[in-house]
Amino acid sequence: MDNLDQIVSEAQAAFAAISDPDALEQVKARFLGKSGQITELLKGLGKLPPEEKKTAGAAINVAKTAVENALNKRREAIRKAALNARLAEEALDVTLPGRAEARGGLHPVTRTLERIESLFASIGFEVADGPEIEEDFHNFTALNTPEDHPARSMHDTFYLQNPDGSLADKVLLRTHTSPIQARYMQAHVAKYGQLEKMPEIRIIAPGRVYRVDSDATHSPMFHQVEGLWVGENVSFADLKGVIADFLKSFFETDDLTVRFRPSFFPFTEPSAEIDVAFMSGALKGRWLEIAGCGMVHPNVLKIAGIDPEKYTGFAFGFGPDRLTMLRYGVNDLRLFFEGDLRFLRQFA
Amino acid sequence: MKFSESWLRTLVDPKLTSEELSHLLTMAGLEVEELDPVAPAFDSVVVAHVLEVVKHPDADRLNVCKVDTGSGTPTTIVCGAPNVAVGLKVPCALPGAQLPGDFTIKIAKVRGIESSGMLCSAKELGIAEEAAGLLILPADAPVGQSIRQYLDLDDNQFELKLTPNRADCLSLLGIAREVGAITGATTSLPVVPEVPATIADLRAVVLDAPEACPLYCGRVVKSVDAKALTPEWMKRRLERSGIRAISALVDITNYVMLELGQPLHAFDNTKLEGSVHARLAKPEEKLLLLNEQTIAVDADILMISDDVKPLAMAGIMGGEESGITLETSELFLESAFFAPKAIAGRARRYGFGSDASHRFERGVDFGGTRRAIERATQLILEICGGQAGPVVEAKAALPARPPVRLRTARAEKVLGLPLGAERIAGLFKGLALSFEQQGDDFLVTPPSWRFDMEIEEDLIEEIARLYGYDNIPSPAPRGRLKMQLQREAQRPAFRVRQMLADRGYQEVVNFAFVEEGWEADFAAKTEEADLIRLANPIASQMAVMRSTLFGGLIANLVTNLKRKQNRVRLFEVGRTFHRDAAAQPVQGFHQPWKLSGLAFGGALPDGWASDGRKIDFFDVKGDIEALLAPAALRFEKLVHPALHPGRAARVLLDGRDIGCVGELHPEWVQKYELTAAPVLFELEFEALKGVVVPAYTEVSKFPAVVRDLAVVVDRDLALQALFDGLKNDLPALVKDLQLFDVYAGKGVPENKKSLALRIVMQDTQRTLQDPEVDAAVQQLIACLEKTFGAQLRA
Repeated sequence: MDNLDQIVSEAQAAFAAISDPDALEQVKARFLGKSGQITELLKGLGKLPPEEKKTAGAAINVAKTAVENALNKRREAIRKAALNARLAEEALDVTLPGRAEARGGLHPVTRTLERIESLFASIGFEVADGPEIEEDFHNFTALNTPEDHPARSMHDTFYLQNPDGSLADKVLLRTHTSPIQARYMQAHVAKYGQLEKMPEIRIIAPGRVYRVDSDATHSPMFHQVEGLWVGENVSFADLKGVIADFLKSFFETDDLTVRFRPSFFPFTEPSAEIDVAFMSGALKGRWLEIAGCGMVHPNVLKIAGIDPEKYTGFAFGFGPDRLTMLRYGVNDLRLFFEGDLRFLRQFA
Repeated sequence: MKFSESWLRTLVDPKLTSEELSHLLTMAGLEVEELDPVAPAFDSVVVAHVLEVVKHPDADRLNVCKVDTGSGTPTTIVCGAPNVAVGLKVPCALPGAQLPGDFTIKIAKVRGIESSGMLCSAKELGIAEEAAGLLILPADAPVGQSIRQYLDLDDNQFELKLTPNRADCLSLLGIAREVGAITGATTSLPVVPEVPATIADLRAVVLDAPEACPLYCGRVVKSVDAKALTPEWMKRRLERSGIRAISALVDITNYVMLELGQPLHAFDNTKLEGSVHARLAKPEEKLLLLNEQTIAVDADILMISDDVKPLAMAGIMGGEESGITLETSELFLESAFFAPKAIAGRARRYGFGSDASHRFERGVDFGGTRRAIERATQLILEICGGQAGPVVEAKAALPARPPVRLRTARAEKVLGLPLGAERIAGLFKGLALSFEQQGDDFLVTPPSWRFDMEIEEDLIEEIARLYGYDNIPSPAPRGRLKMQLQREAQRPAFRVRQMLADRGYQEVVNFAFVEEGWEADFAAKTEEADLIRLANPIASQMAVMRSTLFGGLIANLVTNLKRKQNRVRLFEVGRTFHRDAAAQPVQGFHQPWKLSGLAFGGALPDGWASDGRKIDFFDVKGDIEALLAPAALRFEKLVHPALHPGRAARVLLDGRDIGCVGELHPEWVQKYELTAAPVLFELEFEALKGVVVPAYTEVSKFPAVVRDLAVVVDRDLALQALFDGLKNDLPALVKDLQLFDVYAGKGVPENKKSLALRIVMQDTQRTLQDPEVDAAVQQLIACLEKTFGAQLRA
């Protein structure tokens, strides 16, 4: 029996000394192979007298199991070691930057327009669009601003030349997005005018507009968003409600005050200028002019073919460039039109 | 409109601070743009009389003065001003005075002599930018009086930004009337007595264009002293209204215009011949104006003339020849009403404007024409002396002021405010409007000074204004709920933009007017008939409307490269502009929305993972395909003025040309000093908004069979041509044919290339058998051989 214990501890020692899986299998043969020590002992059992056979056999099997356990344990240890070595080998510097296309971004004013459109969409306003080279008629006359109206000098208008060098007097670069309301109303009447009750008009019309003006706070091209709501019972109070709701939603704060102040636009009456003042932040307490608005002038409704006795409406025009500047703290309007990636990337 | 607060307060003096008054005006629609004190804060400065001036014993440039400051005993003051002299009246800051710039006057020794105060210049008092010496006061200035009081320095200058409808507030009288209406304060408007004629001289007036000029008052004034000095109070009021004092006669006409709102004109009566006429311009009439411009007047210009010659552009500007000078002693004074329609836009047409035209084109009170000439005569006689002849008044039909009906219910509907007739009546009374009430209706007669009360809405606006916009509620809006159509086959514009942004492109916004050269380079537009030129560009490099967005993107690239941004991907969405006789909705101008992009620099951002490969045509083509996927696009070779002719393609969607993509032409790469060619594209934005609504097709349960095939074809055979050629001969089993490799070089004959094709075959009803698969492949090969001379690659 001493012999068996010795074999087991010899096997354990031999296995432990090995770290290569192939070598381990060779050493295994010394104990468990065809002529391994344990195998030889089992073969020798036959020569023993029957009464000894049983106990001797049991003892050998105990030893065999012990050797096998030692072997399996060692195999597992070697496999683990190999795996760990591989894992260490494969390790990455996970702090290296990811491999991906750099993301671009939307223009900050586009961002604002998208927000404005979706806020107004949430109360049922559709988006409308119109031409930028516009007819004098739609830019002015249809908006109750006949030729020689003093209000025309409020707008420094870009005019076009005919190919022969003469002035093209019927067209211009639109000075505001308001001609879109004139066009939209006409189209609406053409579509629904024959009905007893026309569906309401609720539109928002963003776009680029042009004025002969260029300095630190004016760009010869800038953005406007026109809004229009015409229906059977649309009032000045509703206008105030919509604007207040919009400004609080756009700036995501109740911490602002909106004031309406009488003003004049040929195409609205009563007309108002909208000022906003923030209760906190860098601009705290200052009144900032932010939009013009008013009840659609009955002449404008009439020109579009809408009966002003039956329908009333309001219109407003915001400067999204200004809104963008206030929202993100941009202090120079010209940055929007310079295409400088270092500026634009901040809005990605 | 600028004015002095203290002047206004002589007419109406509400119990309000300057700031409160300013806020009230703003909230009533007379926006106060500026409110500035006329002088900075200072105190203890009085009128002093210089009694004695002696040279300082120890300083060359200093004088030791004895001055009377009204204290009873003369004060000694050391003064360095060059213009100090005995007998002058000057401002003197007493010890303890606080002067602008945080400067306190103390009794101090100056080079050994005690000085008890300081004689001041206008600059030291903060009422002028520059000063050459002491501020010399008139000889009658009362010694010891506070200089603030004497010069009326506790005054503010208001500047109103008036809207064009409120011409009635282009005068102190008008503003006072408005302040009275909004505050309820009593107004004491100027009472102008009739100045009786003391001589019989007169000049007949003929209204040849009675619609344009229905009222004209003229008066001869003789023996005036044009060199008389304008009184200080008048100068001050003019200057605080932003009008420079010039000479007594000019100052008086300006003063009356500011006070009453009526522009006046004074002619030199000795230059006039016969009657005075208000008539339309004669053909080819010319006039040298006071601004030294000679104008050839159009036929619709209203002129003032005598029997022989034109004298003035009525209501706009007088003529040089008949104008008054310091030598004039005989005047013909004009106070007239010119109809807004006869004046509007005329001055602008000739590129100038005047205080008179500004007022006449907006409307001047025709009820005050006579009053103004009386007021001017009164002031002239007072200041310049002389004798006045009788007023000649020529009168035709004045503008009608038909009553305007206001319905209480209508006002309530428009404003969304329950008002009631009683309250409306109260508001109208506050405005001093004359009206007749008929139940809940009001018949309002507009006053002669209001040109903005013609329809019911005009009155509703007045009601809202006086009620206070701030007092109108702002309820949450109410409307009918109706879902908006959201077409699945259309995606919002923002989505398209966002997709490009996600692929690394940054959006820019460029001006729509560009350099003419860009149109030539990038659109080959050089003929005037193709260009859309601005008549009044702000700069020559912004002179024409763009027909492509390329120019702006290339300029952006140049700017960014200068700023060391060497990987640039940009896009813009904007309208382009093209002459097209048939275009609508604005005839003659086609204005399609375009999406244009530019890519330059590394295919990937610089970094450890980048292999340094530069962006090329196929990167950008891939971006375009991704934008429109799953729609299948076709690309055809294209010659385009902006692009490399061998590396440019037309993009077709469902057979329709929707734009182009390509490398910038090497010529422009050089001209715009780029280090490499950017890849550009421009697409119809509308086409990008369409998307395919999915339609189900059956998915086969049976396995697909894939075979790969390599064929050698001519090198310049376009892949698209090969696919097109196969289309009709494709065996039914073939579900997909893809290119997975292109190779030219060793092992492939010169002028040939090898295309590796993957053929996917499948049936929805059964598993394919080898023989039929082999047959299909053979059919394909045969077709490739026959149509394209292709050979199987060994």
